[in-house]
Amino acid sequence: MARRQNYPAHPLPVRIMHWIGAVAVICLILSGWAIYNASPLPLLTFPRWMTLGGWLGAGIAWHLSAVWVLFADGLAYLGYGIVSGHFRRDILPPWPKVILRDLNDALHFRLPHQLGYYNGVQRLLYMGVIIVICLSVVTGFSIWKPVQLGWLTDLFGGYPVARIIHLSMMFLILGFLIIHLTLVAIVPRTLVSMLAPLRSDPDGAPRGGTR
Amino acid sequence: MSRKRAIVQANDIAPELAQLGRRRFLTGGVSVGALALLTGCDLSTHSGVDAALWAMLKFNDRVQQALFNPKRLAETYPASAITKPFRFNAFYPEWQVRTVPPQWRLEVSGLVSDKTPWNLETLLALPQESQITRHICIEGWSQIGQWRGVPLHVFLRRIGADLRARYVAFNCFDGYATSIDMPSALHSQTILAVDFEEAPLTPEWGAPVRLRIPTKLGFKSAKNLQAIEVTNAYPGGFWEDQGYNWFSGS
Repeated sequence: MARRQNYPAHPLPVRIMHWIGAVAVICLILSGWAIYNASPLPLLTFPRWMTLGGWLGAGIAWHLSAVWVLFADGLAYLGYGIVSGHFRRDILPPWPKVILRDLNDALHFRLPHQLGYYNGVQRLLYMGVIIVICLSVVTGFSIWKPVQLGWLTDLFGGYPVARIIHLSMMFLILGFLIIHLTLVAIVPRTLVSMLAPLRSDPDGAPRGGTR
Repeated sequence: MSRKRAIVQANDIAPELAQLGRRRFLTGGVSVGALALLTGCDLSTHSGVDAALWAMLKFNDRVQQALFNPKRLAETYPASAITKPFRFNAFYPEWQVRTVPPQWRLEVSGLVSDKTPWNLETLLALPQESQITRHICIEGWSQIGQWRGVPLHVFLRRIGADLRARYVAFNCFDGYATSIDMPSALHSQTILAVDFEEAPLTPEWGAPVRLRIPTKLGFKSAKNLQAIEVTNAYPGGFWEDQGYNWFSGS
């Protein structure tokens, strides 16, 4: 673990893929609202000014453009995460006991942030959002192609159900974004470390970071 | 070349101008507030973004054509699954539904060997098939309906259509138009429907003949047909010209 002190908190590929993915996901959420508004559930419509595209046709054009960006970025990230050991080292959550301890510390504002080391709460959140984004893309494909990918649509309970799951994934991503951005606001140098090659913090005894 | 003469004459770019006129600007005149918020720049003026979105729509058409398996069937349902009441949908409200014009004929044109117009009697003489399938609207809602009619591949062969042509275009007497690719036109579930829920079509459901294509989004199933054309020139369509994905396969 000590070797990491000489490495940036986030390697260049992760920084690049993070920002491409971030832009794509935000475009997908906002254009998804424009699509959703064409046939909304009771009690929930998104203000038109907040949507990307404003009307159904433009919303779909944005959505089906951004998804290919996210798809390529996501595949590259998943491949990199597996091959480089990033997932094993940084994302795979530790034992529940460690997560609970870190979660308790975090809720009492006692959990220190160490650049370059992922604590139990971070691991849980990042693995969660990676899975949710994958599900979001896959359910998206299942409602885009309910005939050609009918087996996938069936897997999610058929077209109408898959559509609701797709919407629910958006809310989960939104929930993640709120927590994520709040934490970045609390520890602003994490934003810098996602932009520039900041060195990992010394004293690499990450709390809850090891499995 | 004289200096006073414009280098590009309006006539030279007439096709391009016509296409621009038909195309609605995806980013024009609509809210891009969210994007302005994101980037800090105002994209309400027409820009490269619009061209990029249209290019992506074309890319999506190609992906969808590649994904299309002519042998894969849309799921069919038992009669008990039929949605009742079935929701009316068109680009106009229900009170504006047109009745079938007197002397109605179904015209055929383009790359076909027999351009004799059809009427309901001659059409009903062809073999028919019934289907209970899900109609999925581009807006996201869906409903299950029952249609019966002449498979389009039977009809196209009967009129001697060039089956290597790229497009089949549909024009409707209510002002609607759409077009589909030949592989989708030849799909066994693509029918010229004459019945809805086991009764002859009424005007709101597309009388006297409508397209029913369960492998594409609902707006592709044009109602109130008047003319069918087989062509290699991209025909576009009512919604497609405004920015809906042309292929719109399910």
